[in-house]
Amino acid sequence: MPFMPVKFNLQKRVKLAQGLWMIYWLSVIVGILLFSLGIFFKIELRKRSEMMDNNESHLVPNLLILVGLLACGVNAFGGKVCHDSLDPIKFAKWKPMLKPFLLLCCGFNALLLLTALLCFLMQFAVYLTLAEGLKNSIKFYKDTDTPGRCFMKRTLDLTQIEFRCCGNNNFRDWFEVQWISNRYLDMSNDLVKDRVLSNVEGKYLMDSVPFSCCNPGSPRPCIQHHLTNNSAHYDYDHRIEELNIWTRGCREALFSYFSSMMTSIGTCVLLVFLSVDMAGLKYLTTALETMEDPENPECESDGWLLEKGVKETFGDLLAKLKTLGKTNQVVEGGDAPEAAN
Amino acid sequence: MALMLIKFDMKKRVKLAQTVWFMYWFAVMAGVLVFSMGLFFKIELRKRSELMDNNESHFLPNLLILMGLVACGINAFGGKVCYDSLDPSKFVKWKPMLKCFLMVCVGFNALLLVTALLCFLMRIPLQFTLAEGLKNGMKYYKDTDTPGRCYMKRTLDLMQIEFRCCGNDNFRDWFEIQWVSNRYLDFSAKEVKDRIGSNVDGQYLMDGVPFSCCNPSSPRPCIQLQMTNNSAYYSYDHYTEELNVWKRGCRDSMLSYYGGLMNTIGLLVVLVTMLEVAVTIGLQYIDSSLSTLVNPEDPESESEGWILEKTVKETFTDIMDKMKSMGKGSKVDEGGEAAVATVS
Repeated sequence: MPFMPVKFNLQKRVKLAQGLWMIYWLSVIVGILLFSLGIFFKIELRKRSEMMDNNESHLVPNLLILVGLLACGVNAFGGKVCHDSLDPIKFAKWKPMLKPFLLLCCGFNALLLLTALLCFLMQFAVYLTLAEGLKNSIKFYKDTDTPGRCFMKRTLDLTQIEFRCCGNNNFRDWFEVQWISNRYLDMSNDLVKDRVLSNVEGKYLMDSVPFSCCNPGSPRPCIQHHLTNNSAHYDYDHRIEELNIWTRGCREALFSYFSSMMTSIGTCVLLVFLSVDMAGLKYLTTALETMEDPENPECESDGWLLEKGVKETFGDLLAKLKTLGKTNQVVEGGDAPEAAN
Repeated sequence: MALMLIKFDMKKRVKLAQTVWFMYWFAVMAGVLVFSMGLFFKIELRKRSELMDNNESHFLPNLLILMGLVACGINAFGGKVCYDSLDPSKFVKWKPMLKCFLMVCVGFNALLLVTALLCFLMRIPLQFTLAEGLKNGMKYYKDTDTPGRCYMKRTLDLMQIEFRCCGNDNFRDWFEIQWVSNRYLDFSAKEVKDRIGSNVDGQYLMDGVPFSCCNPSSPRPCIQLQMTNNSAYYSYDHYTEELNVWKRGCRDSMLSYYGGLMNTIGLLVVLVTMLEVAVTIGLQYIDSSLSTLVNPEDPESESEGWILEKTVKETFTDIMDKMKSMGKGSKVDEGGEAAVATVS
């Protein structure tokens, strides 16, 4: 008993072929969309790779690019087959390739599912990479004269301005590192010497943040220095002041940006799932194979998804695998007695 | 002698109709592009209208939006006519409208050219509006508690960050106005009283700039306050320091941004005009070739197509004659009526 059989006449077959051709070309466009999403994601990761210690995994965008290209190719081929299916002469040359092609489509769908799953899961890896990378960025903020790190200050400033965040967890992270280079500190000054000596590691620490932490929405000009000293500024209480600098941490800001991007891409990939194409093509090929009178193109035919029921097909597959295994054993057994003799 | 006469047979006519149909659909997309450019320009003007004193002229973007919509309509209609021109029975119903439609097309093309010209010229009024608006913007920077101006600080800060500029002409503009609100000044402090007493207007002036003027590319943390005092900072010379704050003035930045935008839009409109002229000529050829069939009953007969039925001079004199005869016709009527009135 075939699985989900449908009766076809010439008109129905023509309609199916045309509809399927349209779906295949839409899928080519969707394949291009996936490809461009992959490229966009790769570019975004590259732009912020300094924040992630150049350590970020490019697995997901590379996979997306590959899947996009494959989708274009597979769907273009499917569309060509559909276009030729209406002409028996042209269809004859595609006939032998169709079974492997359908299996390839199956494999491709599995790859799509895997990509979508990775999109959702790799967010954890991104979070951990960001945490580590930002901590190091803040440490290297002052090293504008060290080759390889001289643009860290600029990158971190622009990131804090763009994502409206300050520090790793919050602005107090800046109180714990020296973010002014020694080149701009007057070491002969008493104040400077006091500060440097006041901590174990000899760092010039202060309760200030860089200018990129400033919130433009604040009604008063930005207070960046002596943040915890209420008497240093007129009418200022650091405990209730909320609009002065950004209160969000950059790890949270960057992570929410990347995670929303990856979630949307994963959802998009799921929507691209090509099962409709496969079912349609299967129906079309079976309908063309079972024509009662091969010479008359207008005769009726049957189409189905599976030749036998689901259970029987599964049982057949298992039996095939077993016979493959058994053939090997029999051959070995045959060889062994000959060798013994 | 017709202008640019071409002989047509059936095949050539069909090819012409198909090509012109294709070009019309291209022109519809060009119309959509012009519409969206107008919309984009309008949004950009609105975003920064606070910095232009809410005084900017929206004439140009409105015109672009209108032109885009009209272009879409005209080109869709033209495409439909081209599509039907291959079928004589369908073409018959469009025939009487074609001459008027072609006149409308010519007028529309002229209007498009005027729009392109305006795109290049409207830069000048924009320059004045920007200069005035930015000066006021800086004056109202501190008024974050005055209704109607409370977002000026934020707008100006975000603009200086985005366009990488500082002040109107340069950063010294900030030295000439008070940009710290009186709410945050301690009037009992001697230093504050000295500064206010030191100038005629009683303003708290300082040689400092807001944080949004800071250049993130500077190797040292930003120096915004006491900028002209070399001894306030270690190893600092304000004459040679270049990377500390943005050097460019915001009027220059904004003007070059909007100027570039308008130039691009103007160029695009010129290209669209050329496309429109091409499709108008194509439609004129289709119309004339279908009107001059040697044998009206046989669709496969030969015919001729042209841009103008007579030469340019003759067509011009014809139009002048028509206008004169229209004028004379009214005069004769008036003369006749006057004579009748006096006789009675």
